[in-house]
Amino acid sequence: MAPDSLFYFFAALTVLSALAVVFNRNAVAAALCFFISLCSTGVLFVLLDAYLLAFMLVLVYAGAVVALFLFIIMLLDMQGGNRRPFKLASVVSSAIAGALLLVGVGTFVSHAKFNAPLPALTEGTFSTDLKIYGAKLFTSYLLPVEIVGFLLLIAMLGVIVLSKRFEGLEDVK
Amino acid sequence: MNVGLNEYLILSVVVFAIGFFGVLLRKNTLVIYMCLELMLIASTIALVAFSRYNASIAGNVFVFFILTVAAAEVAVGLAIIVALFRRRQTVQVDELNALKS
Repeated sequence: MAPDSLFYFFAALTVLSALAVVFNRNAVAAALCFFISLCSTGVLFVLLDAYLLAFMLVLVYAGAVVALFLFIIMLLDMQGGNRRPFKLASVVSSAIAGALLLVGVGTFVSHAKFNAPLPALTEGTFSTDLKIYGAKLFTSYLLPVEIVGFLLLIAMLGVIVLSKRFEGLEDVK
Repeated sequence: MNVGLNEYLILSVVVFAIGFFGVLLRKNTLVIYMCLELMLIASTIALVAFSRYNASIAGNVFVFFILTVAAAEVAVGLAIIVALFRRRQTVQVDELNALKS
């Protein structure tokens, strides 16, 4: 079946590019691998019939967030010579911690046996059109929408304050 | 083998673990931040898969909110990193040891 092979291909692409983000010494290359990972996650969202979220993921994350990361990398000029190799002890201990998380949550997931068939798209509860998103956002989830809007305003004010230059502050040495 | 909810959840766990591994391993603040975003993306994969397999739109709406909050978080976090770089001239976490006496 075509969607199955599509799932395996893009799942592998997501995992491999996520690994490339972790192991790439070059920050720009890591950001571009992050971009690939986001785009293949967008394809997985399309396979899950979440077309709006796939579009928003590519637009907001791959468009705005990765561009912002690349811009900051360029601004801070981190391509210089201060790239140190990973210490073996930190690689081993981080790998053990990651593997513990993977095995812990992974056994939970694989023993839960969610093998329900894919439900059909039904009008009113889950469908791919935008109308149901709008209806939910402005009826059941009206308060979260207001809170998120306020949060965005606070974030904007916070960024403006953070980017101000404060005179007379003592640096910690 | 048909792809079901299990496969999506295992993919989500794997990506989350890779992000966690990256946060622990890397020393560059910006790459640590990218790995944090990977963990966030992994959680959204799980939410969208649950939402599709339960035929309920609620998970998708929550992912919508997660994307909004993540965008705000990235803006604030990168502003903090730039402010940090302006004061200390470094973004490597092993050189930011002012609290270690």
